[in-house]
Amino acid sequence: MDFDYSDDQKFLKDEARKFLAGHCDVAVVRGVLDNADRSFDEKLWKGVAEQGWLGASIPEEHGGLGLGRIELCAIAEELGRAVAPIPFASTVYILAEGIMAHGTDGQKAAILPRIAAGEVIGCLATSEGPGVVGPNTLQCRVEGGKLSGTKIPVTDGDVADTALVLASDGGRPGLYLVDLKQAGVKRETLKSLDPTRGVAKIVFDGAVAERVGEAGAGFDIVQAILDRAAVLLAFEQLGGADRCLEMAKEYALGRYAFGRVIAGYQAIKHKLADMYVKNEVARSNAYYGAWALNDDAPELPIAASAARIAASEAFWFASKENIQVHGGMGFTWDVDCHLYYRRSRQLSLVAGAPKLWKERLVSELEKKNAA
Amino acid sequence: MDFNDSPEEAAYREKARAWLAENAAAHRAKFGELKPNTPEHMAAAKDWQATKAAAGYACITWPAAIGGGGGTPIQSVIFGQEEGRAGLGYGYFTIGLGMCVPTVMAFADSETKKRFVSPAVKGEEIWCQLFSEPAGGSDVAALRTRAVKDGDEWVINGQKVWTTGAHYCDYGILLTRTDPDVPKHKGLTMFWIDMKDAAVECRPIHQMSGGREFNEVYFTDLRVKDSQRLGEVGDGWKVALVTLMNERLAVGGSAGPNYREVMKLAQDLAGPTGPAIKDQAFREKLADWYVQSEGLKFTRFRTMTALSRGQTPGPESSIGKIISANQLQEMANTAVEMEDQYGILVDPDQAPAEAAFQQSLMWAPGLRIAGGTDEILKNIIAERVLGLPGDVRVDKDVPFKDMPTGR
Repeated sequence: MDFDYSDDQKFLKDEARKFLAGHCDVAVVRGVLDNADRSFDEKLWKGVAEQGWLGASIPEEHGGLGLGRIELCAIAEELGRAVAPIPFASTVYILAEGIMAHGTDGQKAAILPRIAAGEVIGCLATSEGPGVVGPNTLQCRVEGGKLSGTKIPVTDGDVADTALVLASDGGRPGLYLVDLKQAGVKRETLKSLDPTRGVAKIVFDGAVAERVGEAGAGFDIVQAILDRAAVLLAFEQLGGADRCLEMAKEYALGRYAFGRVIAGYQAIKHKLADMYVKNEVARSNAYYGAWALNDDAPELPIAASAARIAASEAFWFASKENIQVHGGMGFTWDVDCHLYYRRSRQLSLVAGAPKLWKERLVSELEKKNAA
Repeated sequence: MDFNDSPEEAAYREKARAWLAENAAAHRAKFGELKPNTPEHMAAAKDWQATKAAAGYACITWPAAIGGGGGTPIQSVIFGQEEGRAGLGYGYFTIGLGMCVPTVMAFADSETKKRFVSPAVKGEEIWCQLFSEPAGGSDVAALRTRAVKDGDEWVINGQKVWTTGAHYCDYGILLTRTDPDVPKHKGLTMFWIDMKDAAVECRPIHQMSGGREFNEVYFTDLRVKDSQRLGEVGDGWKVALVTLMNERLAVGGSAGPNYREVMKLAQDLAGPTGPAIKDQAFREKLADWYVQSEGLKFTRFRTMTALSRGQTPGPESSIGKIISANQLQEMANTAVEMEDQYGILVDPDQAPAEAAFQQSLMWAPGLRIAGGTDEILKNIIAERVLGLPGDVRVDKDVPFKDMPTGR
């Protein structure tokens, strides 16, 4: 049984924490939060590229470090803990992982080295309006290799260089690689619940698009990409949830009410114990997801669903109860609790809400039972 | 990350499997299928325990010199897994070997240890733990059973409650009050006692679930020798903590149906808008239960990983019973409601799943209380894991006899 980070992975995680402590303190996060013109921190992005994190799981032949996915999970956990304001998930978990899993050799050679070097920001464009996009509602069209239609919202779409776009060609849904710096693309930055992560509306009007994977398999490919991303996002959520528990604990130990520290009141203690229980359930499920991701195991759909459900629940609970423990101070803009509350929503919504993953999990269990 | 044994662990598992294949079959051939809580079942359990002890598979982590296996914690976990897989494993010895005998080993003189440890390991004698009282459940130190010194003996009067297996046990460790004039934690003393003494009376408790697995134990002028004392006079709380430290390891583990059974039930039943399994609200609950159950399973894997690496496991295993007990209650109720009007039936011949959900519904309230209530377990996480301060103690400096007691 070897179901934890190895010593090397723990070392990498510690180093990542140290780097982020030095380069992504709360002033960096607030620098993006409080400036409507910025949706990520360029300096941190550059620093992360120099650390090699953008190419951590990209093979060395394509300019990456060639590490495993567990190492990427360790980095993700620290990024989540630091509420890092960078398009890391869109670029690494979605674009890089998506191209590695579904791209042609040519696509890999063209994009992966540039991602590793920090030259390309990615994004995933599937949503076209409120609610869930499905084969019957998909509006974006590709004709003769040209994409037209509107995607809204697209996380990191305002700063991305390249998008993976879900669109239909002759009634066959597919996933398309689109350079966003071309004439047929117009973008508009939108306001986000989490201003430390950018979001945009993208209008395509005859933009050149190159298919990734089989024609007609668009929804399946997107799901496969999201299965991988869900595990990595779960680690970001876990890192955030752990930090919320720490913040609540630190505050409760220093705050006096009715003549003693509030950390001694059972109402507070049990709240923090509940956070701990949910965080540990999330951690254990996330580890299983990490194993399935790293080993390309057939269990990945179930493992990823469970990891995402548990981590979404843990981060939501920890982020809202962290505010509660802080009392009125927790409701102010100046105290950092809301950064985590916002990020917990952003991470839960960005790759399919937990409700979808619960349905996916049960469907997969049904399939497994029938087999 | 992987789920594989190390080469040493694999070798041990292989050895354990081979031994089990041979001995479990022989054991079954000898005893057949038996109903739990019968004298025949107990005899079979004792036989199996003796067989394991002879081969070094009882108390695997204890030194061979005292009858144990001289092995490691991970070997103990591996053997437990394989024993479970072989469909064996009797519960009669868990509390004695997990909690009572370790306390005896820590505090008794060498003669007493020599007399009791080996018979307990071999299953010849079974031990129970006599702590909880009507006036002291979560607050064990509020107990009132009195021990009064009389020459070289102590005379004990009082009552214990919720004593698992008291009616079949041979010996017990008993926490008493020896000094009511000092604050409650300071006036306690621990003894080992003979459960077959005429001054000890066991009365089964009729539980709300209908069963009678636990007991009240009454002591009427029970006389014990001073040499039966474990630890110093007045040090009983310190001794009890040693016992209770082992409780979280010994108690727990979820009994009853899990998400698989409730999923199967939903596949078989009709709901308001089609098959019950297609009900969206049910599917979301099912997903949550899956995530919790698997979360606990993988948390155990993390604990095993620490043991396998020769490290001390982290505190994460403390989440187990809080989750499993509450989940069992919610799952049982959802299942019973899913059966609709039929859910009221409790006869195993009529109710689906042989009435497992009805039985769990009535058992779950006890599970949320036994071995640490939900509330006490959350206090333990808050204080021992997160390092938050203990509650304000209004009884800390008050002599026990002056403490308000209510009813």
